[in-house]
Amino acid sequence: MKGSIMPAEATAPVKKLRTRPFKLMKRNWDLYLLMVPVMLYFVIFEYAPMYGVQIAFKDFMARFGIGGSPWVGFKHFERFFDSYYFERLMLNTLGIGVYELLVGFPIPILLALMINEVRSSKFKRTVQTVTYAPHFLSTVVVVGMLFLFLSNTGIVNQLLRLFGIEPISFMTEPGWFKTLYVFSGVWQQMGWSSIVYLAALAAVDPQLHEAARVDGASRLRRIWHINLPGIMPTIVILLILNVGRILSVGFEKVFLMQNELNMQTSDVISTYVYRTGIMGAQYSYSAAIGLFNSVVVFVMLVLVNWIARKVNETSLW
Amino acid sequence: MVNQSRGDRAVEWVIVFLLSVVLVVVIYPLLYVVSASVSDPLAILKGEIWLLPKGFNLDAYVKVFNNQDIIKGYTNTFIYTIVGTVINLIMTTAAAYPLSRKDFYGRNVINLIIVFTMFFSGGMVPMYLLVKNLHMLNTMWAVVLPGAISVWNMVIMRTYFQSSIPFEIQESASIDGCSNLGILTRIILPLSAPIMAVMVLFYAVGHWNAFMSALIYLTDRDKFPLQVILREILIQNQVDEMASVVDDTLIQYMMDVEALKYAIVIVANIPVFILYPFLQKYFVKGVMIGALKG
Repeated sequence: MKGSIMPAEATAPVKKLRTRPFKLMKRNWDLYLLMVPVMLYFVIFEYAPMYGVQIAFKDFMARFGIGGSPWVGFKHFERFFDSYYFERLMLNTLGIGVYELLVGFPIPILLALMINEVRSSKFKRTVQTVTYAPHFLSTVVVVGMLFLFLSNTGIVNQLLRLFGIEPISFMTEPGWFKTLYVFSGVWQQMGWSSIVYLAALAAVDPQLHEAARVDGASRLRRIWHINLPGIMPTIVILLILNVGRILSVGFEKVFLMQNELNMQTSDVISTYVYRTGIMGAQYSYSAAIGLFNSVVVFVMLVLVNWIARKVNETSLW
Repeated sequence: MVNQSRGDRAVEWVIVFLLSVVLVVVIYPLLYVVSASVSDPLAILKGEIWLLPKGFNLDAYVKVFNNQDIIKGYTNTFIYTIVGTVINLIMTTAAAYPLSRKDFYGRNVINLIIVFTMFFSGGMVPMYLLVKNLHMLNTMWAVVLPGAISVWNMVIMRTYFQSSIPFEIQESASIDGCSNLGILTRIILPLSAPIMAVMVLFYAVGHWNAFMSALIYLTDRDKFPLQVILREILIQNQVDEMASVVDDTLIQYMMDVEALKYAIVIVANIPVFILYPFLQKYFVKGVMIGALKG
């Protein structure tokens, strides 16, 4: 299946492509019919909210609707930048993003490199089956498990007591929030994220290893000089995506782990948008914050992609 | 196989050791939940359970199945998952097939329109207002319609259509007078069982585990999916407990709830556990196809 990509693309008859557009469209009218519900979906559920984002520059009033509410320029943005929350939200969002990148990004690569070295296929399969499993648990369940294990009566504090250490209220202690967030993420996703690298490793030419072995290269050297460069393009692509999204920390997990006591370190942009927008009904203000966030994420993605293309000649587009 | 040097053997042992550590770290919490769910709640609270269950009993499971909220949530999640997945499959196929065709005029433009949504979106609040204006708040549609097409899944499916089904077959069918829709239903779909399995699993697990859309769009308790109920029992409860003072009645209450919590984690994941062998096989395939393209 892998090898057949090129031939399949190449066999698409060139002649057909040169046919007049109108003729093509007439012949394939039913394909356009198929696209109708698809385009409707994207217009309604993706592009209509983008149109609706203009309320960030307006004072949204339900009776006037999105189009009819009065323009107010950058008022809501200014209010956000001047607000007490701005600094805290940016620091937390960025802090979690960077922490997650530093810890969560390299671990799957290491895991894949290690799994690739295992000769016993039974052990290999076991490691894969087990490490992929947590990926399928819902965020609610994973956070629920955190609460179960880390509560006052949970197993972790029982263990601490056994060693005579005072129990720690992990889930309400602001200092623990980011660490718990990042490492529970690693626990849940490291196996799953390693699949992509394993796929790339499977494509590394075995002859390279053979030749290096003949030349007396040790195992570590072969990993370093053959396997790592072999998966470098994959690493770069994923790094671009991850760096670009450093400020788009997901809503669900932060929200679930958040409580009044750890707010100081757990409040991020998306949870603040939820609180002020959905709960507090300050639609325009929260839409402005959301838009600010999406724009920053988008710009960063483009920027990082551009840098990667200059430096490495690998890029998303 | 060339003989390994001593250094290489050492490296291998270190790797096997590290992977074993990873194995234990990942599997231990899961095993602990299973053990605790069939144990005496007092033993859990006293911290007497480390790996094997103590005071084996299934009371917690009985309690879970007697809890009306959980039953209702389970039923709702089932409905949302089935309806949502059917919509997902139809819509994703309807998008992926035309876009897989080289002779589909305008595919580049449409592709751009679709892929752009992966990188930029209106955000939570405009989306909420939209759902509100469509009068879908507090209905199943708010949960199943937004996200009817995952662009990423669409790309995976399109790649499969392009790479695994020879274009010649479609061409000859077309020459024999078969319409495009005929080609799709009679040739493409029968040849696409593996990718459809991947899609069913991707989408179904997504719906099963979905939480955020229900949180935002649903306020009616009768419509809550399982994950929202789970949050109430596993998370909100816990915070309340920590905040309140411990006395005797509370301890009895805590014991009841404590055992139930572990059991509910298991019950909530039963469908996923049953599917796991298929999940693993096909999901990995899906990620590979995605990786190939990306």
